[in-house]
Amino acid sequence: MAEPGKTAFIDGSRLMIEAAVRAGAEVFVGYPITPANLLYAYSSRRFPMVLPAPDEITTLQWMSGFSAAGRFPVTATSYPGLALMIESIGMAFMMELPMVIILVQRMGPATGTATCGAQGDLALLRGINSGGHPIPTLCPSDMDDCYTLSARAVELALRLRCPVFLLSSKEMVMTLRSYDLSRLAPVTPAPREHYRGDGPYLPYAAGPDGVPPFLPVGNREHQVRFTASTHERNAGLQHSTPEALENTKRLRTKTESNLGEYTLYDYEDRRSDTLLFSFGITAAAAREAADNLARRGRPVSLLVAKTLFPVPGEYLETAGRYGRVIVAEENQSGQYREVLFGRNGREGVSGVNGIGRMISPAEIEREVER
Amino acid sequence: MSRSFLSTENLPFCSGCGHGLMARSLEKALQRIEGLNPLDLVVVTDIGCIGIIDKQFASHTVHGLHGRSVAMATGISMGLADPDKKILVLIGDGGATIGLHHIMEAAHRNIDMTVIVHNNMLYGMTGGQPSGLTPCGFRTSTMPEGRPDNGMDLCRMAHAAGAAYSRRIMALGDVSDVLEEALRVKGFSLVEAVELCTSYGVKFNPGRKLTDIAGDAGMTPVLLKNPEASAFRPEADRDTESLFHGVPAPEKRFGHNLAGKVSIILAGAAGEGVQSTAEMLALAAISCGLSVTKKGSYPVTVGVGFSLAEVIISTKEIHYTGIAGIDAVMATSREGLQRALPRIEAMKSGSVYLDASLDRPETGAELVHRDYRGPLGYRSASLLCAAHYLSRSGIFPIEALLEALSASRAGRAVDAAELLKAVEEMERAGV
Repeated sequence: MAEPGKTAFIDGSRLMIEAAVRAGAEVFVGYPITPANLLYAYSSRRFPMVLPAPDEITTLQWMSGFSAAGRFPVTATSYPGLALMIESIGMAFMMELPMVIILVQRMGPATGTATCGAQGDLALLRGINSGGHPIPTLCPSDMDDCYTLSARAVELALRLRCPVFLLSSKEMVMTLRSYDLSRLAPVTPAPREHYRGDGPYLPYAAGPDGVPPFLPVGNREHQVRFTASTHERNAGLQHSTPEALENTKRLRTKTESNLGEYTLYDYEDRRSDTLLFSFGITAAAAREAADNLARRGRPVSLLVAKTLFPVPGEYLETAGRYGRVIVAEENQSGQYREVLFGRNGREGVSGVNGIGRMISPAEIEREVER
Repeated sequence: MSRSFLSTENLPFCSGCGHGLMARSLEKALQRIEGLNPLDLVVVTDIGCIGIIDKQFASHTVHGLHGRSVAMATGISMGLADPDKKILVLIGDGGATIGLHHIMEAAHRNIDMTVIVHNNMLYGMTGGQPSGLTPCGFRTSTMPEGRPDNGMDLCRMAHAAGAAYSRRIMALGDVSDVLEEALRVKGFSLVEAVELCTSYGVKFNPGRKLTDIAGDAGMTPVLLKNPEASAFRPEADRDTESLFHGVPAPEKRFGHNLAGKVSIILAGAAGEGVQSTAEMLALAAISCGLSVTKKGSYPVTVGVGFSLAEVIISTKEIHYTGIAGIDAVMATSREGLQRALPRIEAMKSGSVYLDASLDRPETGAELVHRDYRGPLGYRSASLLCAAHYLSRSGIFPIEALLEALSASRAGRAVDAAELLKAVEEMERAGV
């Protein structure tokens, strides 16, 4: 048993699953896919309940059923599995069912290379919901984050009553590292509050924060109704009544208006004209590049984004203070750069991109010194 | 609490539609289940005419995606895991077609639920297209000559999958007795109620009666039961151990002579202990107070072909886990050498430890050519090579590796004394 202060030899998957369970996740529904298999393996040892699903559509449907019954579900997948899940993720979002989907990116398109990491799913995640409603997406940038953000994802899903993505990549979940477990912040079960009023319970009647109180089906106090179609506060299907349209709009604003609660990023202002922006697996290279550059007398400020969607306003605000902004990410076109700055970009904004390999500190340094 | 399960008698179906008849029979059947209250019932529906009935129920209701009701209900049934609750799925033949796999899975696992498939032989909401359950000869909007082959026999398929109870009926008159029987089943029950869509079925098949259409296609009433088996309940609330329990965490017991970091590639083949050696090397480094990362690379068919491991050992915390400049490669088999060859050829410094059986590559690195596969057998080639590397490089004591070896599963198969002896002989041979 690793004692505090002792250095363990572990991977990010172990941290993610341990934290999710400590935060209150109860059921892991799994369908195997590389490179997310370690998460399934650890879950089979750690979760109070583990179920092997026959495919990814079933995975998300079973999860939705568990969530509707008041049990917190988690799964882990990669793009091909995600593609099958998308309709059901939209359903869970519309029904406002808490759950966490750990997405381990690998190189696409299609089945691509199962054993090659990537950061190529940003464009997909950005628009994953018809209507453009963002799904909260947290992205660990190091081992500490694997633990804390996994717990935060569970907490956030319960807090906002919606699915949450924990976005990772092959190297983050599979690489073994020496890691001092005493660095881990304590994780306690996330608050889980159910509706306690006298009724009638309206499943989609939200308070000022836009989040309706939750009740599971099967309770003997109040009727609970969930629906994936456009609906009013009582979950009744409606084509486009003002009340139903307000509800659909609320689904967007509830994730965006509460974004301040989960805007997570690291920012180091190193008094430079250049901001280096990165996230996820590439953040390590960015951190190393920033340190190397500082040693060479060419400091750059560094922003490591951990909340990717909805996009926190702080990112553009911060970027606006710099003449040069360099976004480093492991995809071909600079997907998150495009999210931030649009297709035409902005003067002074450039990217360090690549596929089939991790972005290296040297590449980033070259771009800064170009 | 009212015992009415349907909160209204005004149902949203066309005049004469079998869905209305089924709903009224269902209300009667539910009423007869002793002690069942509306809030003990979860009705799961999806897209299709029958799906909009959720609005009329006083029970808990879930209205989901086309064809996915049974899968959603499976999650609910397993999540509640309460035999006093009834999980009821109401779908059409279209939903049963797109979600066929979910029905088979639930039947196979004997999930506690009742599924009523309202088979009106076509997609009613979208204009009357044929479904997977449309019978032979039945005419639909997109198949005006009639379906040339027969639809799937859902009841027999569910029975074969393991459903406790599968029954096909004609939706005529009062069918509450059948529905009551299905609702009382402990486990998975399915009722396929054959109906005639009054909008499209009648329009495209004028003059034909429901019983004739079904009978001509062999879609006759049937009751199929499997021997009683207990309903599936997943193992819930397992008391599990922390994943930190038992993780390798070697104490710092040794010193080191490393300045900065080294990046090492172990390049062998499946079955040669490449990955386990890399892990032992990493654990040994930790026991010397060093930081380390290790990643593996191998074909998706893990038991064959190359096996590569990358290990970085550093005096400082390692952020970026990629390898830019290689300090040492340990190539112990042809597959590994081939895989690592481009990187070996690009090396301008460092060392390549190469098994004696392999051809010398073109490289700017120092070549250390020894018999690594012979002395302890090929399964320990990688381990012997790593031990030799430590002995030559002196980055940390070989004893640290021996300790990692003794704590590992490989330690049972490899004698540490023999390993040391082989390394010493190798050193002598090199002099």
